[in-house]
Amino acid sequence: MTTIEKTASAPARQREGDDGTPLLEVRDLHVEFHTRDGVAKAVNGVNYSVHAGETLAVLGESGSGKSVTAQAIMGILDMPPGKIPQGQILFRGEDMLTMSNEERRKIRGRRIAMIFQDALSSLNPVLSVGYQLGEMFRVHQGLSKKAAKAKAIELMDRVRIPAAKERVGDYPHQFSGGMRQRIMIAMALALEPDLIIADEPTTALDVTVQAQVMDLLAELQREYNMGLILITHDLGVVADVADKIAVMYAGRIVETAPVHELYKRPAHPYTQGLLESIPRLDRKGQELYAIKGLPPNLLKIPTGCAFNPRCPKAQDICRTDVPLLEPVTEQDGTPLPGRGSACHFWKETIHG
Amino acid sequence: MAEIRKTDEAVDATPADATPNVTEVDVVEAATEEAAVAAIDAPVERGEPILQVRNLVKHFPLTQGILFKRQIGAVKAVDGVSFDLYQGETLGIVGESGCGKSTVAKLLMTLENATAGEVFYKGQDITRLSGRALKAVRRNIQMVFQDPYTSLNPRMTVGDIIGEPFEIHPEVAPKGDRRRKVRELLDVVGLNPEYINRYPHQFSGGQRQRIGIARGLALNPEIIICDEPVSALDVSVQAQVINLMEKLQDEFNLSYLFIAHDLSIVRHISDRVGVMYLGKIAEIGTDTEIYDHPTHPYTQALLSAVPVPDPGSREGRERIILTGDVPSPANPPSGCRFRTRCWKAQDKCAKEVPLLAIPERFAGADTPAAHESACHFAEEKDVVHA
Amino acid sequence: MPDVTKTKTDTAVDAVAPPTEVATAPAAGPAPKEKSRSLWGDAWYDLRHRPMFWIAAVLLVLLLAIAAFPGLFTSADPRDGDLTNHFLSKPQLTHFFQADWFGYDVQGRSIYARVVYGTRASILVGVGTTVVVTLVGGTLGMLAGYFGGWIDSIISRITDIFFGLPFLLGTMVVLNAFTERKVYVVIGALAFLGWTTITRVMRSSVITAKQADYVVAARALGAGTRRILLRHVLPNALAPTIVVATIALGAYISAEATLSYLGLGLADPTVSWGVDISSAKDAIRDNPHVMLFPAGMLSLTVFAFIMLGDAVRDALDPKLR
Repeated sequence: MTTIEKTASAPARQREGDDGTPLLEVRDLHVEFHTRDGVAKAVNGVNYSVHAGETLAVLGESGSGKSVTAQAIMGILDMPPGKIPQGQILFRGEDMLTMSNEERRKIRGRRIAMIFQDALSSLNPVLSVGYQLGEMFRVHQGLSKKAAKAKAIELMDRVRIPAAKERVGDYPHQFSGGMRQRIMIAMALALEPDLIIADEPTTALDVTVQAQVMDLLAELQREYNMGLILITHDLGVVADVADKIAVMYAGRIVETAPVHELYKRPAHPYTQGLLESIPRLDRKGQELYAIKGLPPNLLKIPTGCAFNPRCPKAQDICRTDVPLLEPVTEQDGTPLPGRGSACHFWKETIHG
Repeated sequence: MAEIRKTDEAVDATPADATPNVTEVDVVEAATEEAAVAAIDAPVERGEPILQVRNLVKHFPLTQGILFKRQIGAVKAVDGVSFDLYQGETLGIVGESGCGKSTVAKLLMTLENATAGEVFYKGQDITRLSGRALKAVRRNIQMVFQDPYTSLNPRMTVGDIIGEPFEIHPEVAPKGDRRRKVRELLDVVGLNPEYINRYPHQFSGGQRQRIGIARGLALNPEIIICDEPVSALDVSVQAQVINLMEKLQDEFNLSYLFIAHDLSIVRHISDRVGVMYLGKIAEIGTDTEIYDHPTHPYTQALLSAVPVPDPGSREGRERIILTGDVPSPANPPSGCRFRTRCWKAQDKCAKEVPLLAIPERFAGADTPAAHESACHFAEEKDVVHA
Repeated sequence: MPDVTKTKTDTAVDAVAPPTEVATAPAAGPAPKEKSRSLWGDAWYDLRHRPMFWIAAVLLVLLLAIAAFPGLFTSADPRDGDLTNHFLSKPQLTHFFQADWFGYDVQGRSIYARVVYGTRASILVGVGTTVVVTLVGGTLGMLAGYFGGWIDSIISRITDIFFGLPFLLGTMVVLNAFTERKVYVVIGALAFLGWTTITRVMRSSVITAKQADYVVAARALGAGTRRILLRHVLPNALAPTIVVATIALGAYISAEATLSYLGLGLADPTVSWGVDISSAKDAIRDNPHVMLFPAGMLSLTVFAFIMLGDAVRDALDPKLR
């Protein structure tokens, strides 16, 4: 039955107490693609970290490098044409980029799992859903066929697929889009990973189904105390589930902030423009604010701040100097933990 | 001139038609093709209905067998839809995938043949037109497509793409004048006219959508049907395109049928909004009536499910989480189509199809809740501002 | 037979996580100085940067020149045999471009001259068959793919029937019915069974192209069938056919040689590599050079066409970039 629920305020999440090492930390990651037309710099020095039980939303438009970063973490970048010239990806303090393929493969799927946007093309159409779910247990845990199937049914129950027992032998195309995304989630959860990377997990879904899937994901995350990296372009979805946000533009993080802070007081003109340019559901506005210009060409990223050609605040310094991600403070200098902005004029943006 | 005859009885008078959503059709019986074309090119006053859709039905047959095909059922993509589009307004159509909103667009564009029902354009049923009259209608109703990457022929230059309408309808612009017109159109949609010899793949998504809009404007149409025109674009570019479309509407006196799944954008651009579910209109009214005073449970669920870009609303905002998926349009539920997912469903909902009408309890009352809603238990509930 | 499925499988290679963000990015923000670049222009640009293309192109230009003006390359007469002086003389590898460069065959004819003059027949058969096959097969495939329904059913069933016939055997049966086997007869026989591949390739790419939004957009504008087919569908469905046809060209040349060897293709007095290979079969044990040179030229030609086809496919298939 349909439920009408008042979402209770989420309890303060438990941090992994021991030593404070983040689950995953990306340090100064660079990714480039060598194409016929030149070198496309997709990621240009990205830093972020996720702790257990925490949801980091990576927000960005196409070409911002948000998905490429995730692919680099998962080790599923096409290399070539992709290349990682520098950077570190630390999982529990160990750099995954220097590990052997075998070591990495052990982490992938078991410790870090990924959910893709398009569930239909991510599932094998000629194998039953139960077989594909069970495969995880057979390969990684060496379970028997029968035991693996039982595990598969259990998982399908857990992601609330109705009549899991009857449907375990069905094939991916026999499920609806929302159900397929649930199966993807079940697959990601199968080995109880520490971290899930969800790349636009609900973009292909209808809005009523999207709400179901996001709720499920958030609930499972709480239950397993997993880290979650949510990659999306949807400012609405981010507002609903994220703890902290990293806004990406042209392969760089331009702003980081706890979720409430970001929406209340953006400290980067790009974030500010994005927030102002989305129409509201609860009132009819006048003309929308539109960020002028075009998303950057990764082959020809503007000098200085990549956003400068589209920025209403741009000055000469923005065209020459690359702004670094600096901590953002209150007007009186009180630090704002977790906040950073890569804008020469962040003070004017947040306090002006 | 065309012989314009007023018919006294409403066409196909089912109760669903007897609501303010639809007005009486002044059917034009054109004796000759010339008369039909003349009627199609006649101007319409602002605020008068320009397009009147009546009981539109589209069933796609499901067949089995390779050599000898036999029908084993039908996908009821559109199943009795009626609405009016007024001159100069924007009518938004929202709904989830499979609700039939895109099929409605194709039917209005005569890209698909209707199984039943009529589409009156200035009093003439375009589902029955052919030849020059149909061509005249096609000139006046244009479309903007969802995907800017597939809706432009990759092997044609931008000039050829925007100029193609003139080649198909040579009477609109003399040959020598076309190039200049194309440059003008590029300028109108905010692109550099120097780009005329470039190819679509040299442009970004937003720029391509502008090219698509320029092509739609070329023939000076009266109606533009927009099928998810911004859903494939980046957030920062969506606003640009929406603003452009609003500007063009004022400048060229256009009527828009704006089909989208993004409820926020539809509210922003629309004067009136229709909510579709499984081939039928569930609720229709002005944007305030639908968004601030929804009475159909489906509309309420849809609105409450939209993620709001405001983390402050995480706590306390009421959300109606529907269970399950949309049933297959090949085998829709009896009675009310929403009943399988509705928390208000009763026996009556399985037996009686609710008609799209102003709910009795609100009829006559001066309240924004008094708009058409196809629910036996219509009840106002504000889910957006909570 | 040319490998039709190859183009298909290759496109699936990058199914896993393509860097989509990058793919769209280069299109963004064209600076005003950027030139107009058509997709064909892009493919040409791509081709020019492939060494494989240049090797193939140089070889083919040379072969075409030989085929067109054999007199420029040798002064010897390929049909003039001198049994007393030259019977099975060995090649004189230092006598460049002279009649005895490659030696003499069983009838005392200059093998070099025969290889040069044989080029025309082979190239004519290859190009001629490909042109016929592309026109016939392409048209049928386009009609079947675009109109669908019963037209498609009929064309597809006929295609299936012809596809089921063994290519070489069928061609032999057809050729057997003719006593005088001129070049055009061989072309006809090869085309008679060869058109099916192109039909299938064309049909499937037309089906893909006709569902594209730009075709729907053209229909919505009121465009007629002719305009839609010629301006929208065909230009976008042509690439796979071009690739298959180029590779098939090489295959037809070798098919001609096979048929001639079996005594069913071209025959004396027509000069062709196949005819020479056939007439060399009895002498091959002690005088392999008699077979070596025509067979080598044949392989080189087929190789050049297949290489060209590969290069063209890589250039036309944007997914592989």
